[in-house]
Amino acid sequence: MPRLLTSIVLSLVAIGLVSCSKSSTPSAASSGEITVLIGASNPMTGPQAHLGKDNENGTRMAIEDANAQGFTIGGQKVKFQLVSEDDAADPKTGTIVAQKFADQKVSGVIGHLNSGTTIPASRIYSEAGIPQISPSATNPKYTHQGFKTAFRVIPNDTQQGGELGRYVASKIGAKTVAVMDDTTQYGQGLANQFEEAAKAAGVTILTHEHTDDKATDFQAILTNIKAKKPDIIFYGGMDAQSGPMMKQIRSLGIQAKFLTGDGGCSTEFLTLAGAAGEGAYCSLPGMPIEKMPKGEDFKKRFNAKYGEIQDYSPYCYDAVMVMIDAMKRADSTLPSKYLPELAKSNYDGVTAHISFDENGDLKGGVITVYQLLSGKWVAQDTLGGKPK
Amino acid sequence: MDIFLQQVINGLVQGSLYALVALGYTMVYGIIELVNFAHGEVVMVGALVGLSIIERMAARGDTGWGVIAVGVLVAIPSCMALGLGIERIAYRPLRKAPRLAPLITAIGVSIALQQLAALIWGRNYLHYPEVLANPQFHIGGAVITQIQLVILTTTGILMLVTWVIVQKTALGRAMRASAQNPSVAGLMGVNVDRIIASTFLMGSGLAAVAGVLVGTYYGVGNHTMGFMLGLKAFTAAVLGGIGSLGGAMLGGLLLGVIENLGAGYLGSLTNGAMGSNYSDVLAFLMLIAVLIFRPSGLMGERGSEKV
Repeated sequence: MPRLLTSIVLSLVAIGLVSCSKSSTPSAASSGEITVLIGASNPMTGPQAHLGKDNENGTRMAIEDANAQGFTIGGQKVKFQLVSEDDAADPKTGTIVAQKFADQKVSGVIGHLNSGTTIPASRIYSEAGIPQISPSATNPKYTHQGFKTAFRVIPNDTQQGGELGRYVASKIGAKTVAVMDDTTQYGQGLANQFEEAAKAAGVTILTHEHTDDKATDFQAILTNIKAKKPDIIFYGGMDAQSGPMMKQIRSLGIQAKFLTGDGGCSTEFLTLAGAAGEGAYCSLPGMPIEKMPKGEDFKKRFNAKYGEIQDYSPYCYDAVMVMIDAMKRADSTLPSKYLPELAKSNYDGVTAHISFDENGDLKGGVITVYQLLSGKWVAQDTLGGKPK
Repeated sequence: MDIFLQQVINGLVQGSLYALVALGYTMVYGIIELVNFAHGEVVMVGALVGLSIIERMAARGDTGWGVIAVGVLVAIPSCMALGLGIERIAYRPLRKAPRLAPLITAIGVSIALQQLAALIWGRNYLHYPEVLANPQFHIGGAVITQIQLVILTTTGILMLVTWVIVQKTALGRAMRASAQNPSVAGLMGVNVDRIIASTFLMGSGLAAVAGVLVGTYYGVGNHTMGFMLGLKAFTAAVLGGIGSLGGAMLGGLLLGVIENLGAGYLGSLTNGAMGSNYSDVLAFLMLIAVLIFRPSGLMGERGSEKV
């Protein structure tokens, strides 16, 4: 048996080696123009690959738009080039990707998708002095580590979880809630913020259960929850889990309502949950795409190029544009030169008017709650912030 | 009590799926002492092939068990061909090589299949069409759905069939002979290569059924779905005693029930110190405990331990 175990360990190591050996080399600058590398790190494999691809597409579209406009920065023609890497939504792989970006001397990073990968990677970017804008990491900790290079263009979970906790009490009228999360920095962070706010609003927390971000069977936990008869179940995690979970909730005969955060607010949830999803609530930071300042136009162009928007591609687009805007104002693509300008951003993006507070968090962000009605997410209420 | 019953029912259903996949691991291991790490991926391919068929038929408006049956009937030969191909390309040329070599090719095949599936079916989570009304039955406060009943009976029948083939037929006798000593079996007129190929055929066929059942049960299919399932089923096979058919069945059911009871009761037993997320830890602790006292698993034969 020991030899068998050794073999298993070896094979796991082998898997690790194979999955991180993917490489890409930036091309050298051609005459008369400089090539500026923009790194993008998202999970391109594994359960969240669809969201990673969506992010990559949003980032790519912005870079192609910028190149089509043609910028001259510091007297030289600038060509932006996307360097896309797969972090597999895994914190360890995320830091490897970050180190690679630092070694390649990318001018800026758009990413990562998950809080779990964004937070450990942010230290590496900070030490290398590379500005990082996450389009989708909502865990508050990311921008509260004292790093000058960390920004995000999406409201954080203190706000999202807080608003949702109060919403459950005031609008949905629930008295008791069962909380579940996927033990990732995003899911658990959001669930904890939610729990705190709901408790403060007078809602009783019956239980707080945990699963993981690769599970498909939640029946054991749900059976426990069924026994406690909550008014509503809150899940902090991604659609790949919440979709099947929703089905199992109904097939176990649980009548409770269901609420989840932005990780479950996707078209994917609709297909995965099927008819069982009817009536579920979810929230997205920001406005519905139709109500975003330039949402309609973005949607039309994105759909023509890449198909349906999953979640965060508009935020990726904005992140790139804010970064390039700062480079233009600083008249330099050097991170040390344009970083101070980035902090002073004042930019009309697709998703919102973007400016950062002293931590690098988005100022005046809003949260929108949706409900699944007749097979469609319908915007219900926009909470918090000062919608502009 | 009804909660306990519910957890046991869920555990048995999940466990019977583990058991079905574990049979594939254990049969291959029994004969060529190879942990076929690509087996989980064969399950995944079965699930996705089934999904493609079921999706087509559902789009035409067909519903009911017939659709699932057609899905299974197409998935089985696809997986059998795949299993045969894997054996022929990745394992047979390495039959005389050191033990680690085929293990590495197994992992290679596993990764290749995952990526291939991602190219064919995309990276998104695919929705298994609902072609069945899924009525619920109530037993003493617990709910059991029709599909759970079907999973339990199907896996039960398949396990029985497998057992009969291995224990009561000429093919089975040849399999057992090849497992004991391939070269002597060869001298006795057994075509060992063919026996090994038919072992892969049987295992892959079972994997195809398991794949379609898993997809129908959870309503999702994805190119990564085979990995964790394969790992759990492998664990079940080791728990029961790898190489032993009865062990794979027992190990699967046991692992399913332990996981569910663990998730159900760990929280209240430890007063909240360990939540439902520790159910895997509990399952693996059980595995370690079993292996300390019975190194060859619950039903493994002591003498045949060769690893």
